[in-house]
Amino acid sequence: MSLDVEALRAEFAILAREAYGKPLVYLDNAASAQKPRAVIETMTRAMETSYANVHRGLHLLSNEATGAFEEARAKVARFLNAASPDEIVFTSGGTDAMNLVAYALGAGEIGAGDEIILSLMEHHSNIVPWHLLRERKGAVLKWLDVSDDGEIDLAAYEALFTERTKLVAITHMSNVLGAPTPAKALTDIAHAHGAKILFDGCQAAVHGRVDVRAIGCDFYAITGHKLYGPTGIGALYGRKDVLEALPPFRGGGEMIDAVTTEAVTYNDPPHRFEAGTPPILEAIGLGAAVDWIEATGLDAIVAHENALRDHALEELRALNFVTLYGQAPDKAPIICFNVNGAHPHDVSTILDRSGVAIRAGHHCAQPLMKRLGATATARASFAAYNTHDEIGALIEALRKTHMMLG
Amino acid sequence: MPRFDDIVADFKFLDDWDDRYKYLIDLGRALPPYPEEFRDEAHKVRGCASQVWFRAREEAENGRKTLAFDGDSDAHIVKGLIAVLFALYAGKTPEEILAVDARAALAPLDLEGHLTPQRSNGLVSMIKRINEIAAEKR
Repeated sequence: MSLDVEALRAEFAILAREAYGKPLVYLDNAASAQKPRAVIETMTRAMETSYANVHRGLHLLSNEATGAFEEARAKVARFLNAASPDEIVFTSGGTDAMNLVAYALGAGEIGAGDEIILSLMEHHSNIVPWHLLRERKGAVLKWLDVSDDGEIDLAAYEALFTERTKLVAITHMSNVLGAPTPAKALTDIAHAHGAKILFDGCQAAVHGRVDVRAIGCDFYAITGHKLYGPTGIGALYGRKDVLEALPPFRGGGEMIDAVTTEAVTYNDPPHRFEAGTPPILEAIGLGAAVDWIEATGLDAIVAHENALRDHALEELRALNFVTLYGQAPDKAPIICFNVNGAHPHDVSTILDRSGVAIRAGHHCAQPLMKRLGATATARASFAAYNTHDEIGALIEALRKTHMMLG
Repeated sequence: MPRFDDIVADFKFLDDWDDRYKYLIDLGRALPPYPEEFRDEAHKVRGCASQVWFRAREEAENGRKTLAFDGDSDAHIVKGLIAVLFALYAGKTPEEILAVDARAALAPLDLEGHLTPQRSNGLVSMIKRINEIAAEKR
C-alpha cells in the first residue's frame, strides 16, 4: 500500500497555512509533529460528549471517560505490542517517563557506586534524570561511544558492564543522527549481565514498528506529540514483573489502595504510577493518533519517509557547501547538516523567511555535539505528510542562504 | 561604525526581508576584529543560542567616561545585531546607556520577533549584558 500524500495532507489543516506569504514547509517533525483532524476531533468530541474525571465517579460520564481513557491505554499497548495494557503507564511525555524510572529505581534498586550505562547520543531527557540520580544517590554514569553515523560497537558496549551495572538507558533512535540502535542485541547483553534496560523510543516509535516483546526490554518510553498526538502525554512501557516490583514515583490520588493517618498501601501498576487526575483528553488523543497511524499504515508511512530521506540526502550531498551529520543506511528521515561558513541559526532564520521551518541548535544532545565536533547543527526532519516538492523548497532556500552568507 | 540613525534610515529604505538580512550580515562583517584573548567563558553572553562574546573598554572623551564595546558571534545575523546594538550605545556613558530604552529604539528596525524574550538569538540577553556592564562601570 502506498501513501496518498495529498489526501493525507488534507487531514492536517495547519499545512494549508502560509509563513511570511509563502507556502509553509514544515520540516521540524522530530521536535514535534502536526496533528491530524482525527486527533483534534476525537479530543473535542470527548469534551463535548463524554467528559468527566476517570475511575472515581460512578456515573455515566465518568464511566464513559474511563472507558475511553483505558481504551487509549490498550491502543498504546497494541501499538508497542505489550503483553497487556497494564504494562503501559501514562506519563506527561518521554522526559517524564525517564524521570519516573530514574526516581523509582533510585528509591532502592540503584544506590551509591551502582553503574548506569548511557550512550553519547542520548537526548538530555535521557541524561539529566541519571545525572540527578548520580547527584542524589552516588550512582556512576558510564558512557558508550558511538560512530560518526551513530552506530554502536557491541563489543565496546559489553566491555562497559561490571557486576555493579544496574541499568542501561539508551535511545532506540538518535534525534540527531537518525540512526536506530540494535535494541534486541543491546537488551540481550544487558540481561546477560543482570542489568535492566530502558529505551528512549521518542523518535523510534515514529519511524518504525516497535515490538517491546520481541526486544525483551524492561522499559520503553514514548511521547505523544511526536506521534501526531497531543502534547502533555506520553507512555512508559514496563514489563509486568518489572513494574510490579517498582515503588511509586509520585504520591496522590488514584495511585493508592488505602490511606490512613498512619500508612498507605499502593495500587497495582499501571495506576500506581499515575498520581492525581491524569491527562485524560490527551491520553484519548494519543489513542486516536495511534489509530490514525495504523489506519494510514505505518509501513506505508515508513516507506514514504525513507523515499523522502533518500531524495533529501541525494540533493544535500550534491550541494558542495553543506556538511552532513549521520549517514547510517537505515537511518530515519532526520537529517542534521551545516551550511559551511554559516551558523545553523543563520540558516534557520533565512530558511524561516523562505517558509521552511527547521530546527537549529544542539538538539538537547550536547554530549553528541561535542563528540561530533560541532557546537550546533541545522536539522530537517520529515513526517508522513511531507512531499518531494518540499525537498525542492528546502534545497532552493539553502542555495539562497549560501548566497547570502557565503 | 555607522551611526544608529543611519542604520534605521537604511533599514527603512530596504523593502525585502532578504535585503535587510544581507544588510545586517554586512554590518556584522564590518565590526572590528574581536580581540582573541577575550574569547573566553568570562566574556560569553549567557542566554544566546549561538555563541556571543562582549568586552567593554572605558574611554575618556572630553572629561566624559564613555564605554566602548568589542563583540563577536559565530552566527552572522547575530553579529549583525551586535553591530546594531553597539551603534545604539556608541559614545555613551554608563548612565546614558542605562537610560536607553533599547526596545523602543530598535522598534523602527522591525526585527520581526528578534526582540521577544524567548527568541533564541539572544538580542534581549545582549541588551541585558550591556546594561549589567554599564551598571558595574557606573
